[in-house]
Amino acid sequence: MAELTYRAAVAAGIAQEMRRDPAVVLIGEDVGAAGGVFKLTEGLIDEFGPERVRDTPISEQAIVGAAMGAAMTGLRPVAELMFSDFFAVTWDMVANQIAKTRYMTDGQVSLPLVLRTANGAGLRFGAQHSQAVENWAMAIPGLKVVAPSNPADMVGLMAAAIRDPDPVIVCEAKSLFATKGEVPEGEHVVPLGEAAVVREGGDCTIVALASMVPRAVEAAERLHADHGIDAEVLDLRTLIPLDAQAILASLAKTSRLFTVEENPRALGWGAEIAAIAADEGFWSLDAPIVRITAPHVPLAASPILEDLAIPSVERIVETVRARMDQDR
Amino acid sequence: MAAKRPAGAASKRPAAKTGPKPGARGSRSATDGATADLDTRLALYRTMVRCRRFEARAQELFFEGLVRGTTHLGVGQEAVAAGFAGAMRPDDYTFATYRGHNHALSRGAPMGPLYAELFGRANGLMGGKGGSMHITSAEHHMMGSYAIVGAHLPIALGAAWSAQYRKSGQVAVCFFGDGTTNIGAFHEALNLAAVWKAPVVFVCENNQYMEYTPIGAVTAVPRPAADRASAYGLESIVVDGNDADAVLAVATRTIERARAGEGPSLVEAVTYRHGGHSRADPGKYRPDDEVKAWLARDPIPTYRARLIEAGADATTLDAIEAEEAAAIAAAEEEARGGAEPSADVLETNVWADGGSAWRN
Repeated sequence: MAELTYRAAVAAGIAQEMRRDPAVVLIGEDVGAAGGVFKLTEGLIDEFGPERVRDTPISEQAIVGAAMGAAMTGLRPVAELMFSDFFAVTWDMVANQIAKTRYMTDGQVSLPLVLRTANGAGLRFGAQHSQAVENWAMAIPGLKVVAPSNPADMVGLMAAAIRDPDPVIVCEAKSLFATKGEVPEGEHVVPLGEAAVVREGGDCTIVALASMVPRAVEAAERLHADHGIDAEVLDLRTLIPLDAQAILASLAKTSRLFTVEENPRALGWGAEIAAIAADEGFWSLDAPIVRITAPHVPLAASPILEDLAIPSVERIVETVRARMDQDR
Repeated sequence: MAAKRPAGAASKRPAAKTGPKPGARGSRSATDGATADLDTRLALYRTMVRCRRFEARAQELFFEGLVRGTTHLGVGQEAVAAGFAGAMRPDDYTFATYRGHNHALSRGAPMGPLYAELFGRANGLMGGKGGSMHITSAEHHMMGSYAIVGAHLPIALGAAWSAQYRKSGQVAVCFFGDGTTNIGAFHEALNLAAVWKAPVVFVCENNQYMEYTPIGAVTAVPRPAADRASAYGLESIVVDGNDADAVLAVATRTIERARAGEGPSLVEAVTYRHGGHSRADPGKYRPDDEVKAWLARDPIPTYRARLIEAGADATTLDAIEAEEAAAIAAAEEEARGGAEPSADVLETNVWADGGSAWRN
């Protein structure tokens, strides 16, 4: 095991696959010589050279479109969108072209590509550089969506995303870049579509994703220590494919379900999970499902306001405790 | 040559004032002095005849209710698709627009499945899932028809980058309309293709109208594509898009340049859409004399006359027309014989595993 930061795990996952497969190439703004504005791709150009690690102009449609054209003609491109907010600039490429082409051509065209992007709040960059957009992608049939919560999963899910024969969006949580964790030695791959139980518990289930996972775990520890509530925490890891069975299995055990998401409230991924639980886990439920989300507002730049918007450990603890108290 | 006017100057009838007149020649000689051999030219003629007759019949079948949804016909523009296809290697890539029947046919896409796709049938090229605006035949390296204006220029650039990286010697040829020159993706793709010296030829089919509005009324320069070329360090190339020989010559030159590693080209082929924008549009916004002048320059009869002048036998040309007519009739029958798609394909081929499962 080696300890890596989440930030270094991004480059480690890409490098692992570039060593393995010469068809894997990386493009994006500042990804080469500069090593990425967040230093997520540092060292890759030194190891793999400028033919495989290519800097682009600020042209998100060209970046994503070029990745698509390369993917349909034999490469496995990884394209970086510097901020996930910039998906809005190139959403035609993502939602109309990449997501739909296999279906529209009835399987004639394959698009094995990865779009990776710095996602979510934490840096106080305001409404256009802090959004969590994983639910945008989740809403479009034809896209897989990955959002790792720790360095080991970043390496393993990045590898699985690059090997996947379909388009995958990898959301890299900005607020986790500096966090550290153990990563297994040797080739590491985590299959898409498998949630992980990161804390076992019997009183309630907290489903979280990416940046919300460490907060949910910390909240669960406090709930246990301060309130005697034993929460199970499920890290979804991928939204599409969604491990609904893992959620339903945990719900069957705990009978209470909470979701914690960075998204604005309306149609966040937690809403889909709540609907699945209501449809298929209804008889397991002992209480209403509770979604813990950002309010349905743009994010403010002020640290105080951003912190108020994004679910905090305290908010998770308080929301879970209040709901559980009502049932006692 | 088109009359010059100050960039951005308003004009009530800009198409008439600034649009290229029939037969306009650009800044570069249209034919480059090259003339293909007679067999090549007969093949070009056959391709154009096939495209024209296929689409003319498709229009009739639309009114019969057999062709569903919408169609955007390239009647009048056949010389561009045929001329470029004539210069391409079988493994070169074509990227086209929703007005893409001619391009698919020119690359050899089979007519029966193409009609069936227009009918929305199970025996369609894409099983009825794509429709007229998304014709794709990967087997023929016809990599798709793209219905959001501009999207496929970056995608074609990506295919060219892939060919460059794989050192395959393939070239991507990307066709688009004049209206595309005013959308951002056009400029992003041109710039990056030039920076990367990607083996791609961008071909603007300037048919004078974006949809219903004359392109000159909404464009700051008289030549929507060629006048932008210098911004990306590219040669300004205009070709008579109704002259199949001229198109073939320019296609040969630009494709070979790309294949030689000398980078992309941007070609403006001046042509005319005989009909409206789409099946619902009679094109009444176009002045009668303009339409008349362009119909007189129909690329197919003019090419036929030129071939006869060059020594082709009229009976040979008649035979080509008869053979294509018969093939089109057979293709229609094949398509008519197809079943409607079955319900079980609704949820197939979202993913590479053939299915559409998004959860367990």
